[in-house]
Amino acid sequence: MSDVLLAIRGLTKAYPGVIANSDVSFDIRSASVHALLGENGAGKSTLVKTIYGLVRPDVGTMALGGRPYAPPEPRAARAAGVAMVFQHFSLFDALDVAENIALGMENPPPLRDLAARITEVSHEYGLPLDPRRSVGDLSAGERQRVEIIRCLLQSPRLLIMDEPTSVLTPQEVEILFRTLRQLRDEGMAILYISHKLEEIRALCEEATILRGGRVVATCDPRVTSARRMAEMMVGGTLRTPARTSVGGGEVVLEVASLTASSPRLHGTALRDVTFSVSRGEVLGIGGVAGNGQDELLLALSGEMRTAPGMVRLKGEPVGTCRPSERRARGLLCAPEERNGHASAPDMTLTENAFLTGRVREGLARRGLVNWGAATRFAERIIQSFDVRTPGPGVAARSLSGGNLQKFVIGREILQRPEVLVVNQPTWGVDAAAAAAIRQALLDLASQGAAVVVVSQDLDELMEISDRFAALNEGRLSPARPARGLSVEEIGLLLGGAHGMEVAHAHH
Amino acid sequence: MIVLEKRPNPSRAWAFATPVLAVIATMIAGGLLFAALGKDPVLAIRTIFWDPLFGDFASYTRPQLLIKAGPLILIAVGLSFGFRAGIWNIGAEGQYILGALTGAAVGLAFYPTESRLVFPLMVAAGALGGIAWALIPALLKIRFGTNEILVSLMLVYVATNLLAYAALGPLQNPEGMGFPGSRNLSQWLAAANLELFPGTGIHWGVIAAGLAVIVAHVLLARHVFGFAVRLAGQSPRAAAFAGVSPSRLVLACMAMSGGLAGAAGLFEVTGPAGQISIDFNVGYGFTAIIVAFLGRLHPVGILLAGLLMALTYIGGEMAQLQLSLPAAAIQLFQGMLLFFLLAMDVLTQFRLRWKGAPVVPAPAAAAAPQEAS
Repeated sequence: MSDVLLAIRGLTKAYPGVIANSDVSFDIRSASVHALLGENGAGKSTLVKTIYGLVRPDVGTMALGGRPYAPPEPRAARAAGVAMVFQHFSLFDALDVAENIALGMENPPPLRDLAARITEVSHEYGLPLDPRRSVGDLSAGERQRVEIIRCLLQSPRLLIMDEPTSVLTPQEVEILFRTLRQLRDEGMAILYISHKLEEIRALCEEATILRGGRVVATCDPRVTSARRMAEMMVGGTLRTPARTSVGGGEVVLEVASLTASSPRLHGTALRDVTFSVSRGEVLGIGGVAGNGQDELLLALSGEMRTAPGMVRLKGEPVGTCRPSERRARGLLCAPEERNGHASAPDMTLTENAFLTGRVREGLARRGLVNWGAATRFAERIIQSFDVRTPGPGVAARSLSGGNLQKFVIGREILQRPEVLVVNQPTWGVDAAAAAAIRQALLDLASQGAAVVVVSQDLDELMEISDRFAALNEGRLSPARPARGLSVEEIGLLLGGAHGMEVAHAHH
Repeated sequence: MIVLEKRPNPSRAWAFATPVLAVIATMIAGGLLFAALGKDPVLAIRTIFWDPLFGDFASYTRPQLLIKAGPLILIAVGLSFGFRAGIWNIGAEGQYILGALTGAAVGLAFYPTESRLVFPLMVAAGALGGIAWALIPALLKIRFGTNEILVSLMLVYVATNLLAYAALGPLQNPEGMGFPGSRNLSQWLAAANLELFPGTGIHWGVIAAGLAVIVAHVLLARHVFGFAVRLAGQSPRAAAFAGVSPSRLVLACMAMSGGLAGAAGLFEVTGPAGQISIDFNVGYGFTAIIVAFLGRLHPVGILLAGLLMALTYIGGEMAQLQLSLPAAAIQLFQGMLLFFLLAMDVLTQFRLRWKGAPVVPAPAAAAAPQEAS
């Protein structure tokens, strides 16, 4: 075993009403990839922020390379040799790669030298990247490379990666893993945070598992099963979603040659998207975010109007129908962004239940809202979907991500949709809530509804879909039966990795 | 160090407390201002807030309170819907003028008929005039994406010129010896908007303002339209998802504010003002914006804010007369009220929290970077 690089001893951090970290102690070794596991709210981000100098602990010490380490701010952490790649990138679309990297540096060298350094580092680590390209044109995987290279230019001793693979295709994940292994072999320590247990098994040598702010277990992921690790995270046994029936009913939703430009500035236009879903069937639509998922959802929900025949519900053209009319006819949607799109954060759960429930639940008569009925509907959602909240009178924003997501999905499911379209149903949701949501979607399908699940999480899609199609740059691949699809085939459907050939040239 | 912390749920208690705090803070800051001008601050504040209600001339000033508050409340209630939805009609002053003009023109067309129908017809014409004027920025916004703030504001200046033209041209009193201004409508019984209960100042415009408050309250609390307005203001994307059409919302909110402003103009021209004249408008349309925010865009709040604002108007006038305070100081005082209200607004969404100085000793913090190099 190699030396301990970062020793964490007894870190405790409390926020009003919640203890984020409680007496957390563990070691990160040089030349190793260390996984940090835990559900949402287990305290991973607080811990990582402490290491990166964004949060100061109430109690506890850290030592980096044997010396006391208490970074008051990220600049000090970077100077001490700790770098971090965040889940959400902080890049400017209008600037090119080199300019973006220069912006994140303390003393950026002249841009020409920097560009040369970027090319050098990107070749060295098999991360193909052209320093002169505008970031607005880059894929999510390439954007991540910008962030990684920005870190590598500081020659860190410890690299923290927060959910790095959530936006990558399988091939891009392979490129990233090769890079990370190379960095490890050169002696760097990597703290790797992820929900994806199979990835952790493939990459990491050690894992620390947090639950409720405490370290509950450590293990060697190479020899521990993913199921076992998931159970350690949740602190109980995990239910695998079960299906009772498989589709084959009549076609209810038909999308034919759907072509539409995006209402957003940097959006992706939909190009000739064609698919159909039958009663009792789950269609999974995979793809890296930003390839037209949002636009597809807008076109189905009615927020974006198309030619009438491009969307047909039970044979009737609905392409020009408004959202409330589509709801009345049985087409319901749950968008990806739960805060501000699927729900209004500052409104109460009752008001948010009314938001989409008005038509099908009959919550308004002659224009007057029946708030009593809306409250009962909200209570029904809270109860049926185990939403943890004091009651329907609280603002939606006071709910945690997973609970709000259960509320948003539950709200649509309880309206007995004939077609339900969900985008990223379990994004940022902890394992237990994600399993509950997936089970609810499957139950809905087995009751005869057609379900379309748009997701970046391939494991999720493979678990619940009957058929699978991939969305890439606004085009949808033909749907194929999900059973028996290999990861490579899916990767190819997703359009492969961007710039993969270059990567192979260097290995 | 004071730190602002976002509340998980907006505080209801603070939502009620902040207007009161804002008024108190205005009194303090205003008092300092008056003291700096060499006036007795206590006397000045008393003259503004107390004397109009209970002073020596209260029997004259109290009815004035409702006469001034009526149009303010009527206009502000209309504006509040758009403001909640993020549709900024700044041109209520222009819609107010247009309402007075169209209403007066329709009425004068029937002069000197003594029919009971003339006044209702004038009210309808006034409201329609205001709606038409407000729909210009609304349609331009929907069709060409223009900014309704600019267009509605600029239309105020067009409206004041129309007013001057009408007062000197088509609506000029033929028996007025060439003086600018129309016939005196308040002296023509069929069109007059007179005091309904002697000594109270209540005329039809005040009744309409009261009705508007009640209807607006029901709309906001119980009606789908009110829900759509609130939703669109808080989360435009969620509103689109719920099926609220942004264009229709713009039309509805602009028409509503324009219609009420137009009606307010008509009630004013047939009552307190009496005639169309060059200086007919006195800024109700602009002051109503302050009233709307002072009342937290809530109908009942607007009712109270309108009365408070009217009080500062009348009190301000008294202070000018009795203490010879400059008019600018009174306007500054009214501006302070809006400023403090918006500043205090933070407290409903955030809470103040004291945070001690950083606990980590400075040398240790400085040492960390050096160790790395």
